[in-house]
Amino acid sequence: MAEFSAADRDGLLSLVRKVAGEARPGEQVEAYAARSQGVEVKVFGGEVESLASENVEGVGVRVVVDGRQGFAWAGSLDADVVAETLAEARDNAGFGTPDEFLGLPGPDEAADPGATRAALDLWRAGLLSTAADDKVALALELERAVMGADPRIRGVRTVSYGDGASQMALANSLGVEATSRRTVCSISALTLAGEGVGTRTGYGFSVGREPSELDVAEAAAMAAGRAVRLLGATQPKSRRLPVVFDPLVASSILGVISGALNGESVLKGRSMFATRLGEAVAAPHLSIVDDPTNPEALGAAGYDSEGVPTRPVRLIEDGTLCRFLHNVQTGRRSGSGTTGSAVRAGYTSTPGVGARALHFQPGPSSPEELLRRAEGGLFVQAITGLNSGASPVTGDFSVGADGLMIRQGALAEPVREVTVASTFQRMLLDLEVGNDLQWLAGGAAGITLFVPEMTMSGS
Amino acid sequence: MVEESVLQRVLGAALRSGGEFAEVYVEDRRNAGARLDDGKIEEFTAGRARGAGIRVVSGASTGYAHTSDLSERALTEAARAAGAAARGAGGRTTVVALERRDGAPTHPVRELPETVEKLRKAEVLRRADDAARSAGGAIRQVSAAYADARKRVLIANSDGLLVSDDRVRTRFMVSCTALGDGGLQSGFEGPGRTVGFELFDDFDPEEVARTAAGRALRMLDARPAPVGKLPVVLRRGAGGVLFHEACGHGLEADLVARDASVFRGRVGTQVASPLVTLVDDGTFDRGWGTLSVDDEGHPARRNTLIENGVLSGYMWDLLRARKEGRGSSGNGRRETYQSLPMVRMTNTYLLAGQSDPDDIIASTPYGLYCAALGGGQVNTATGDFVFGVTEAYLIENGRLTAPVRAANLIGNGPETLLGIDAVGTDFDTWAGTCGKDGQGVPVSAGQPTVRVTEMTVGGTAGG
Repeated sequence: MAEFSAADRDGLLSLVRKVAGEARPGEQVEAYAARSQGVEVKVFGGEVESLASENVEGVGVRVVVDGRQGFAWAGSLDADVVAETLAEARDNAGFGTPDEFLGLPGPDEAADPGATRAALDLWRAGLLSTAADDKVALALELERAVMGADPRIRGVRTVSYGDGASQMALANSLGVEATSRRTVCSISALTLAGEGVGTRTGYGFSVGREPSELDVAEAAAMAAGRAVRLLGATQPKSRRLPVVFDPLVASSILGVISGALNGESVLKGRSMFATRLGEAVAAPHLSIVDDPTNPEALGAAGYDSEGVPTRPVRLIEDGTLCRFLHNVQTGRRSGSGTTGSAVRAGYTSTPGVGARALHFQPGPSSPEELLRRAEGGLFVQAITGLNSGASPVTGDFSVGADGLMIRQGALAEPVREVTVASTFQRMLLDLEVGNDLQWLAGGAAGITLFVPEMTMSGS
Repeated sequence: MVEESVLQRVLGAALRSGGEFAEVYVEDRRNAGARLDDGKIEEFTAGRARGAGIRVVSGASTGYAHTSDLSERALTEAARAAGAAARGAGGRTTVVALERRDGAPTHPVRELPETVEKLRKAEVLRRADDAARSAGGAIRQVSAAYADARKRVLIANSDGLLVSDDRVRTRFMVSCTALGDGGLQSGFEGPGRTVGFELFDDFDPEEVARTAAGRALRMLDARPAPVGKLPVVLRRGAGGVLFHEACGHGLEADLVARDASVFRGRVGTQVASPLVTLVDDGTFDRGWGTLSVDDEGHPARRNTLIENGVLSGYMWDLLRARKEGRGSSGNGRRETYQSLPMVRMTNTYLLAGQSDPDDIIASTPYGLYCAALGGGQVNTATGDFVFGVTEAYLIENGRLTAPVRAANLIGNGPETLLGIDAVGTDFDTWAGTCGKDGQGVPVSAGQPTVRVTEMTVGGTAGG
C-alpha cells in the first residue's frame, strides 16, 4: 500500500476545483471527491480465511440553481465520467422544488468560528507502512488469545482485522475548499462459549489510528469474558428494576438520541425534541456535547461535509435542550446557522445532518458506584433490535438484552431472552452518567449509564 | 463489459501463483432516486459505478482484490494481488475454457426505469404526498422516496463458468408522522420488486401512502405494549421477518460450518411445528430478492429449508458447497463488486396452511396481533432473536381491541418455530434490506397469518 503523497492529495483537490469552476452564471456547483484504501483480514481455526484489499474512489457533484438541488455520483475519477456526473447533477436540478434555504456555503458561512485551532492530525503513516503479513499476524494472535483465554470458549463466530486510509477534497463555486485525510484500524472477535442452546456469545474489540495502538490482550479478554460470564443464563420474571448500561451499549443508545437532536428531523417534525428547545428534557446535571474538534474521538474532523469548519456544539446543557445540529440548509431555515454538522455517507450521498463525536459529559460516579446504586437491577452488556425498537421520533425504547443481575454491587447471575423498555423522555429525566468516558468507533462515545427504573420483560 | 479472451487471461493470472479456484465478477451499476419531504421535492439523484472483484481460493484461504478500472492491465494487477493474498503454494499455468451458460431471465422488465421521464417519477411522489396528507388532519409530515437500480453482472470462473445477468429493481417508500395527545407516531410502507417502473401497476402510490398514513394515525391512541409472554398472531406478510430471523440466518451454511448456528446437525430432525414448510426461493415471481443467477453465477433456485417441520437442508454458496462436495444452492450474494460473496437469503417464505385467518384471531382469547413489523436481529449461535412491531393491537376474547405502542418481541428460534400452532390460508410479502457482516442485500420475506403460542413482548404496560 503506497502512502498518499502530497501530489495525490493535490490531485483530488485540483479535480474538485476544476468541477466547481464549471459553474455557469446563476449556478452553484460543489464537488466532493474521496479515495480510500484498506485491508480486511478474517481468520478462522488458525488460518487466514480471507484477505481482501480495498481501493475505492469516487466523486459526488451537487448543483443548485434557483433554490433547486440536483445530485449525481460516480465510483470513478475519470475525467469523462466526472464530466457526465456534473451534467447529470445539472439535469437533476431541474426537477426539485425551489427552496429559499437551499444553497452552498460561501466564505462567510464557512468561516472558522474559533479564533485559532490546531490542525487535526488524524493520519498515521504507520498504518500504511505496516506490512499485510503483520496485520494478518494481529488477527491470528487475537484468535489464539481468545481461544486460550478460557477453557469454556469453544470457538469464534468471527475474528478480523480491518483498516482504512481515506482522504477527501471538497470545493464549491463560491470559493470554499476543504481537504482531510484519516486512518483507522480495528481488531474484533465474536466468541462462542458453551454448548448447543446453552451457547452464549461475547464481543471484544480494539480500535485505533494505526496497528500499534491496538490492544490484542484487551480485545481477547473482553470477547472471552463477556461470553463466559453469560453461561447458564436463564429467563427471569418480568418486573421493573434499575438498569445499568455498559459503555458499548450506551454508545448505541446515544446514537439514537442524536437522531432526535438532528436539526433536519426537528424542522420536519420528526423528533421527540421538535417543540422542546429551551425546556428541561433531561436530569439537571446531564449535558450532551458533539465535539468533532477533539482528536481523541475517532469521528473527529476539521471540516464537515460541506466544507464548514467543525466546532464543539453543546446540545443539552444541565438538562436543558439548548441547540440542535445543523448543516447549511437547516441552519438557514432555523435561523440559527450551520453548526458545521453536515455529514454524508461518502461520495454517493448529499450532505445530511449528524453528529461526529457525541458524548455525555462525564458524571462524578464510577461504574462501580453506579452498580452499587442499582442493587437488584440488571446490567446490560449487549442489546439487539435497536433499529426496530428505539425511535427518535416517538421516543419509544424497547430492546432485547443480554446481561447479568446486580447483587451486592457486583455482577451476579446471567439472564437471557429479556427486553428492557421505557421511553427516551423518561430515561433522560432519570439518567445518571458514569465517569468512564471512552471513545469508540462511530459517532458516539461510550460511558456507563444508570437508569433507576425500566421495565424488564421475561417470563 | 469485458471480453471473453481477457477474462480467460485474467483467470490464468489469478492462478499463476497457486490456488485451485479463481473467479472474476464484473459489475456495472446505475442507481437513480428522487425524494420528496416536507411537501417539497428535495432532490433527484443519479449514480453509477462499475468495477470487478477477483477472488482466488487456495485451501482454506481466500484472497480478494477489486478495481474500478476494467482494462486488462488493471484486472491482471488485481488478479495477481488476489492470488498473492490467497497465499497459494506452487505456481502453475492454467488455461480456462469458458462456456457461456446464461440463465434465462426470470421475467421480462416492462418499463426500464432509465427510459422513464423524471417528471413521471416526480408525479408519483406528489400523488403520495397528497394522498397521505388527505388521510387525516393529524398527519404532520410526509416523506416519499423513489429508487431504481439496474445492475449488470458478468461472472467467469476457473470451473469454466461464464454467465451474465441484468437486474432491475424499483422501490417506493412512504413514511408519515402524525401528532396526537400522546405525542408523535410514525407509519411506513415500502414495497419493492425486481421490476421496472411497472412497480406502480401493482402498487398504487396513493394506496401505499394511505397505508403508511393509516399506520401512524391508528397508533395515535396506542397504549403501552404488554409485558411478558403471550400468544402472538402475525398478519400475513408482516411476520416474514420472524422466519428470516428465527431460522433463516441459522440455516446459512457458512454460519453452520463455524458451529455458530443452533441448527447445526439438525437436518432430518423436527425443528418446527408440523405446520411449518419454509422455502428460500430466488425465482419467486418478481420478488425483491429475486435473481436469475446469484453473484457467483449459479442459477437461483427454490430450496425447501423446512418441510412439515423437518429440517431438509441449509443454504449454500459455492465456497461452502465445494468444501462439502456438493452444489451451490444459488445463495452466494454480495453487495457490490467490492465485497466477497457469502451465503445469503433471497425471498424466504412460509407456505400457506389450512386455517382461516379470521378464525386464528377469533380463537385467541388474549394475545398480541402484529399488523406491521420493523426490522429484526438474530444471534444465530444462541438462536435468540428480536423483531420490532410498529403496528400492533391487543387481542381480547377473539377480537382486535386497543392499538399498542411499538416494541420489540424476543424469542428463541427453535422454541418459537415449535410453538407455531396455526398457519393461515392467506399470504403476502415484505421487502427489506438484509445486513450480514457489513453487507446489505435486497431480500423479501413472506408468510400467511400465523400464531405463535407464546413470545416475550417487550412493552412497559402495568406493574
